[in-house]
Order: sequence, then C-alpha cells, then structure tokens
Amino acid sequence: MWLWFHRLASPPSFYRFAGILAPWLLAIGLTAIAAGFYGGLVLAPADYQQGDAFRIIYVHVPAAWLSLLGYSAMAVAAFVALVWRIKLAEAVVVASAPAGASFTALALATGMLWGKPMWGAYWVWDARLTSELVLLFLYLGVVALNSAFSDPRAGARACALLALVGAVNVPIVHYSVVWWNSLHQGATVFKPGGPSISPGMLWPLLTAAFGFTMFYAAVVLRRMQNELLIRERNSLWVRELVPVVAA
Amino acid sequence: MRALAAVFARELRLALRRPAEWAQAPVFYGVVVVLFALAAAPRDPALVALAPSVVWVGALLAALLGIERVFRGDLEDGNLEQLLLAPTPAPLLVASKIAAHWLLTALPLVAIGPLVGAALGLPANGCKLLFFTLLLGTPTLMLIGGFAGALTVGVPRAGLLLPILVLPLMTPVAIFAGGAVRAALQGLPAAAPLYFLAALLLLAATLLPWVAAAALRNALE
Repeated sequence: MWLWFHRLASPPSFYRFAGILAPWLLAIGLTAIAAGFYGGLVLAPADYQQGDAFRIIYVHVPAAWLSLLGYSAMAVAAFVALVWRIKLAEAVVVASAPAGASFTALALATGMLWGKPMWGAYWVWDARLTSELVLLFLYLGVVALNSAFSDPRAGARACALLALVGAVNVPIVHYSVVWWNSLHQGATVFKPGGPSISPGMLWPLLTAAFGFTMFYAAVVLRRMQNELLIRERNSLWVRELVPVVAA
Repeated sequence: MRALAAVFARELRLALRRPAEWAQAPVFYGVVVVLFALAAAPRDPALVALAPSVVWVGALLAALLGIERVFRGDLEDGNLEQLLLAPTPAPLLVASKIAAHWLLTALPLVAIGPLVGAALGLPANGCKLLFFTLLLGTPTLMLIGGFAGALTVGVPRAGLLLPILVLPLMTPVAIFAGGAVRAALQGLPAAAPLYFLAALLLLAATLLPWVAAAALRNALE
C-alpha cells in the first residue's frame, strides 16, 4: 500500500495515472451534470414562491460548494507540501487556484443573477456575499503570487503559505449565514434534522454537485499534468514523452 | 532577548538616518484624505458618514507603502541570512522587525487618524473610537503586511502584488473597525468590535511571525 503510494507520488507515474483517470472523471462528471440538469431544469417542479427562477441553484449551489471544497483541498495540499515537501502537493496547490477561482466567480455570478429578481439587487454587502468575494480575492492572490515567481518550487511554496493563512476565511464563508443576519438563506441541505428541500428538487442538486466535483477533479488533474510537464521539462521522462519540447 | 533588542534598535537607527523615507507615509495619508474631501461636495453630509472608511482605507494604503522595505533591504545586503542563521528563533526576530516598523510607519498614522476624522466632521467620541481601532488594527495590518512582504521578498517587482495579498486578509479588521466607530456614533456600546479587533491582533501576533519566518526561509533557499 505505502509502496504504491510512494511510487504514485513520483511525477512520471502520477502523470500517467492522471492521464488515465482524468478522462473517466470528466465523462462521469459531465454525465452526472447532464442528469442533474435534466432533473433540475425539466423534471423538478417549479418552486411555490420563486417559480422557475429557483432553478439556478443547480449551478449556483454546486459552484459555491466547490469554491469552499477547492480551497479546503488546496489548504490541505499546502500543509502537506510544506511539512513533507512533496512535489505533487505543490502541484495541487498551484493547479487548484485557477480552477477554484473560476467556480467562485461562477457562484458569485449566478448568485447575482438570481438576486436581482428575488432580492431586487444584484449585490448587497452582507456577510455571505462579502466573504465569498474575499475568497475569490484569496484565490486570485495565490494565482498572482505564483505567476510572480520564476522558480516554480519557491513560488509553489510561497503559495502554500498564503493558502494556509487564507484558510481562516473558509469557516467564515460557511458559517456566515449562521453567525450574522444575512440576506442569504441559511443551510438547506446539510443541517441538523435533515434537508428542508423536497426530494424531487434535492436529488438533481446532489447529482449536479457530484458531477461538478468530478469535473473539478478532472480539471485539477489536467492542470497538474501541465504543471508537472513544465516543471520537469528538462528531465528524461518529459523528453521521451514530448520530443518537440526537448528539440 | 539582547538579539531582539539589537534588531529593534538597528531598525530605528537606520530609520533615523533617513527621515525623509519614513515621513512619506503620513504625507501620503494626508494627501489621500484631502483628495477625498475635495472630490466630495463642500459640507456634504455623506462625507461624515464615510469618514471612518476614509480614515481607515487611507491608513491601510499608507501603511502598505513602506511594507516592502521591511525585508527587501536586508535581503539585498545579506542581513536576512544572518537573521535566519542566528541562534535566536527567527520568528521572534521577524516579530521584532515588524514591531519596529509599526513604531515608525503606523504609529504616526494612528496619531493622525483621529485628527483626520475630526477634519472630515466626525464628532469627538467617533474620533476617540477611531484612535482605539487604529491602535488595535494597525499592528494586525503590519503583521499581515510583514508576512506578505516576506512572501514576495524574492520577487523582483512586488509593487502591486503586496496590496493584492494583504487587503483581502485585512477585511475583518476593516469591518470591525468601521463597526466600532459606527456604534459609537449611534451611542451604542462599542466594546464588542474592539474586543474582536484585539482578538484578531492576538491571533495574528501569535501565528504570523512563524509563517513569515517560513516564507523568508523559502525565499532564501
């Protein structure tokens, strides 16, 4: 088990492993997203208060979950990268930031589109929205910091430190609707006493969230592959793999 | 302990020999606030309402101006390596440097802040609260800024990168500082946001010197 794990952590074998895994994750993810969207946009009944406008949750909620999940995964990888100095964990940090930033931006954009007809405003400065916006800035800070370094290892480790410090924001985003009076609604799915959403609306949401997560994982794996290729461009396995680069 | 005092004293001595460099932050602060007041309509009531934000954001930007200098000069003349090689724990030395930097750049801003608030039309109790929020908030800012400065010390042109890294982390401080002043203006007790500011400061002071020292090590590797 440990031998397999250590072997996987070496860049060439991880590159091959990711190359096999990513298409599967992508296919499963896209299928689940399609099923979730069909269930959510066609099968699920319209909301008794919001009509058809509620259907944006099938994009908004999975994207928002992933913005937090992505940051948490990035922070864990940052910890691993700093403590055990594993190159792959550094690649996870660097690869997660742009993907996570995209999902955060998607969550903010869909939330704003929904907020205009429902709240009467695209944007209000309350806790949930503001902390999610700060999350976006933290992601972008990691991206900017990484691009400022010419040495990828030093850059990734600096990013890992920043990601760890920024991780204090994740619980703030998650509990913002509990701690403060927010215009944003509280937790509907994961809360004590079970979800307060009808099953016909819930299963497409969970399916879409699962699909988004698989899609996210596939994107991060692909980005990690690219990162490894760039970092190890002078090593033998990359030259064998991509002869053009070496030439 | 002697090493900490020596680092602290060295920072102050270096600053005393180049007074113009450290006078930049307060002057910048004054100019920013004057521009705010001039851009608004004369005797605009909105200016009073926005005064806490103007005072705080101005102080944030002014304090960020010099933050790059904290470690950059030491990296260039080789002092930084000696600091990290010293038997005294590096996080304590980093904290000592940041404390000296706070004394030089942020303390003048803390002193000016209430005056600026008064100039924008804040009543006396608002100015008093503004002083306390600045006193509790600027050390947090310096610690976060020092951490970001340590992260980017190896980057050739860190200019705009520093504010991008620092300002998102400063949002809680800005929120609680503004909340305290607003509470005071409405005659409500402002203790709770002040306690939050103090808690943030303690959190930053206990954790960030260690992370900053790790970032400096990373930059030197």
